[in-house]
Amino acid sequence: MKDAPGTRDYDWWLIAILAAICALGVVEIYSATHASNLAGMHIKQVKWLLFGFSIMFILSRIDYHLILDQALILYVVCLAALAAVLVLGGSRFGAKRWIHFLGQDFQVSELAKLIIIIALARFFAEVRSDQLDLRDLLKAGMLVGVPLALILKQPDLGTALVLVPMLAVGAFLAGLKWQHAAVFTLAGIMLVGAVFYPPVSKHILKPYQRERITSFLHPEDDAKGSGYQLLQSKIAVGSGGFWGKGFGNGSQNQLGYIPVRYSDFIMSAWAEEQGFKGVLLALGLYMALLLRLVQNAQRAKDRAGMFLVMGVAAALGFHVLVNVAMVIGAMPVTGIPLPLMSYGGSATLFVFMAIGLVMNVRLRRFVN
Amino acid sequence: MSYSFHSDNRLPQTRLAVVSYIIVGMIGLLLLGFWKLQVIDSDKYGQLAEQNRVRSIPIIAPRGRMLDRDGRVLVDNRPSFSVLLLRDDPKLVQQYLPAISDGLGISVDDLREQLQNTRNLPKFQPIVIKPEASSADLDFIESHRSDIPVLEMLSVSRRRYMPGGFLGHATGYVGEASEQQIEASNGKLRPGDVVGKSGLERQYNDILMGTDGMRRVVVNSVGKEMKDMRLTEQEAIPGKQITLTIDYDLQQVAEQSLGARPGAVVALDPRTGEVLALVSRPTPDPNDFAVRIPKEEWRQLNEDPLHPLFNRAIQAQLAPGSVFKIVTATAMLEDHSIPESFTTFCPGYGTFYGRQFKCWVYSSKKGPTSHGSTDLHDAILKSCDVFFYTIAMKLGIDRLAFYGDKFGIGHKTGIDLPSEETGLMPSEQWVERVFHRKWYAGETISVGIGQGAITTTPLQLARLIGGIASGGDFKQPHMIKDAQNVADEKYPLSEHTVERITEAMYGVVNEPGGTGTQLKLAGIELSGKSGTAQVIGYATRERMGKQKKFEDNAWFVGYAPRRNPEICVAVLVQESGKHGGEESGPVARDIIKAYYDKKNKKINGTVTAGEPVPTPASRAAVVAPVVAIKPPKPAVVAPLPDADKQDPQ
Repeated sequence: MKDAPGTRDYDWWLIAILAAICALGVVEIYSATHASNLAGMHIKQVKWLLFGFSIMFILSRIDYHLILDQALILYVVCLAALAAVLVLGGSRFGAKRWIHFLGQDFQVSELAKLIIIIALARFFAEVRSDQLDLRDLLKAGMLVGVPLALILKQPDLGTALVLVPMLAVGAFLAGLKWQHAAVFTLAGIMLVGAVFYPPVSKHILKPYQRERITSFLHPEDDAKGSGYQLLQSKIAVGSGGFWGKGFGNGSQNQLGYIPVRYSDFIMSAWAEEQGFKGVLLALGLYMALLLRLVQNAQRAKDRAGMFLVMGVAAALGFHVLVNVAMVIGAMPVTGIPLPLMSYGGSATLFVFMAIGLVMNVRLRRFVN
Repeated sequence: MSYSFHSDNRLPQTRLAVVSYIIVGMIGLLLLGFWKLQVIDSDKYGQLAEQNRVRSIPIIAPRGRMLDRDGRVLVDNRPSFSVLLLRDDPKLVQQYLPAISDGLGISVDDLREQLQNTRNLPKFQPIVIKPEASSADLDFIESHRSDIPVLEMLSVSRRRYMPGGFLGHATGYVGEASEQQIEASNGKLRPGDVVGKSGLERQYNDILMGTDGMRRVVVNSVGKEMKDMRLTEQEAIPGKQITLTIDYDLQQVAEQSLGARPGAVVALDPRTGEVLALVSRPTPDPNDFAVRIPKEEWRQLNEDPLHPLFNRAIQAQLAPGSVFKIVTATAMLEDHSIPESFTTFCPGYGTFYGRQFKCWVYSSKKGPTSHGSTDLHDAILKSCDVFFYTIAMKLGIDRLAFYGDKFGIGHKTGIDLPSEETGLMPSEQWVERVFHRKWYAGETISVGIGQGAITTTPLQLARLIGGIASGGDFKQPHMIKDAQNVADEKYPLSEHTVERITEAMYGVVNEPGGTGTQLKLAGIELSGKSGTAQVIGYATRERMGKQKKFEDNAWFVGYAPRRNPEICVAVLVQESGKHGGEESGPVARDIIKAYYDKKNKKINGTVTAGEPVPTPASRAAVVAPVVAIKPPKPAVVAPLPDADKQDPQ
């Protein structure tokens, strides 16, 4: 029954799109860092990418049903790890997100995202009716809520937020009722409203988070203070124009006006140097990636595989949306990297492991 | 296990399709956002990016030099550096204040105060926190470029004047433009610009001041200059140099001869109006102002009872004393109402309008004496008061005021220096206008000998005596060589009058009994008139007792040769208590002698342009090799403004 799938069954189009996005990322990381004390960062990124590709292939070989069977154990381990981070984790920039493991610092929440995709897929796959009733919806909410609370505690708002679209997309595909959707959309709107409404937000947000919200709303007020990052990013993007300033010629990028230009704001650097045409290419590739994921979901052999793939799509799509919207000043700074382009080990590995799951589902679409 | 998710293959295809539409919509929205920034608002952000990366640093244009009449440098510039504090980021500034305080030796409080004082200026405008950086300061800034990104050096050029206040009152000094000056300049001046504050620096500021250039540098996000990225540079246009009428050699003699005594010296060439030397004591050293004068020091200068900032040569309005007798005598000769042979008998005093007026001899140190019978010639020679009391009484204030006015008393001479005073020629109209009363005839008596309400400046007296000896030709005194349109006021005096007056003034120095016989010079027709002007009347002095500030002012106005003089020197020594001839005369004599010595040397071909001038003082000049300073372009001789249009404030 479990014939080893052949290499031609891999989604080579997906791999090509991935490789293209990674290439853009490496090029821009090089451009952003080669003249600074961070020179050589692109090589490190290439190493991470190669490592990521191997992980992806390894993960694609293990039948996802086997993984889903272990969902409960994985979920418990995940919660334990998140709790451990809070207790033992190394602190950086005032947040406990890292745990030291095998000589590397890992961001546990990245792994948590993956496990929650698996757990949600398993949960929704087991919902028998075509419509998601309130009890199941609340259960799914709990499933996501507990790790979300732990991640928020670190605090890592960005990663915590990613869990929400996973739940939303999953619930939607599991047959979310329109009434429920309406209620939760309303709740979501109220929550967003509360975040942007200072008298309420001071009870639920940390000071640095509130500052990000204010600087998002009024970036020009204090261009050198908290609004600095967003304004500089917008300046970079806008000054790039349609054609861009050319590789290595972006003054905002090269002179360091763009904050973390090799990571969270890499799209800003790319947009400055490559212009709107470059943005068109990059966003086109991301759209192709996401649509390709949806297509893989549509062709999945079973419901579980579909949920798995769509969980990945939801996570990646949300990353792209929030990160790119931040770069153009349409969303506050949340610290969510751009998948595959931003420099970063844990984040890159997460993406490849997630795509590994997608590959896994695809490879087994004809197997029965 | 009746149910296993392993085999459930219900797929919500519709909802999956909805998700893909959402994805397309989302990417589309993001692209719209980019379109707005990169295509619609691209220009705006392009400018913002440019403002980000480019910082403009002014290149200070050096001021024009001042040369003496022989081309010797009297005032030039020296390179120096100022320390700038970049205030774009107030948080950064606050963070680095202690480090800056340590490194530059400025107290944190002082820095805070400077920041406080400039808080209304735009943030992008750096402020000068240390106008004169030492080489240690420069080393500190250079070595901490990366860790203290808020400091910058500004290469400036500082004024360098002759040491010890030499010519200081004529050259004046420079300072940072005041708010009023900036407002009045129609945008030509910016805060921190250095402009002339007094003297020639102020008078000829427009010529001396160049146009600052601008260096545009690329800076990174922490303000560090990217040396390898060059941008266009707007070069500074140096100010033009001016050549003065001052003769360094004569000026030096004047400075030395007057010494530390409070007073003034003006040497003119009456043929042209050129000012050959100008001294006022006390003189602050303008080099002290070349950087930034500490408040305390400035307060002291302003409150000093000797008023060192006061240019006595053109601003001291004092009774001319007996020097005025030349005016009275000229009036008598020109008026013809009194016979030329008129004689008075001087018993040491005279009684006019029921009041006794003393002659100076009566209270001289030798005890009460008298001049006896005196005619005009003797009266000038011996400076007999009684003779001139009588003449004044006979002429009346109207005639005296007429001639005094014609000879320039009560009017600015029009010298090209700011803040010249007019002096005062009292008259019936004047008392009516100012005091709303009639002139008392008794007042005329004092005015006749240059006392009472009459006041003149030293410059006015030099012009007056020189003009009378030139037959009534009064040239406008000026400081710029080759000046065009020098005003020339003429009140032609008869040959006879000029001959009589100049004979008498020659006699003052050269005939026995003259008040300046000790000044006699072999081979030079040194002539002149002394004046010992009372600050207060004899009666008041007796009442107040002997006080230094009420001592007599000693005047001497000397010139040579006797007719149509080439040089005329007015000397004032204030509150010396000594006689004008003995106190002030030697100064005039020294200068006139120096003038002739130099002239004779020139004629004999011994020397062409006097002694070489030592370079102006280099006071704590810091020449740091960090930023190369452009050598000023060869200065062009200034086009001279119309002398008669000059309007000294």
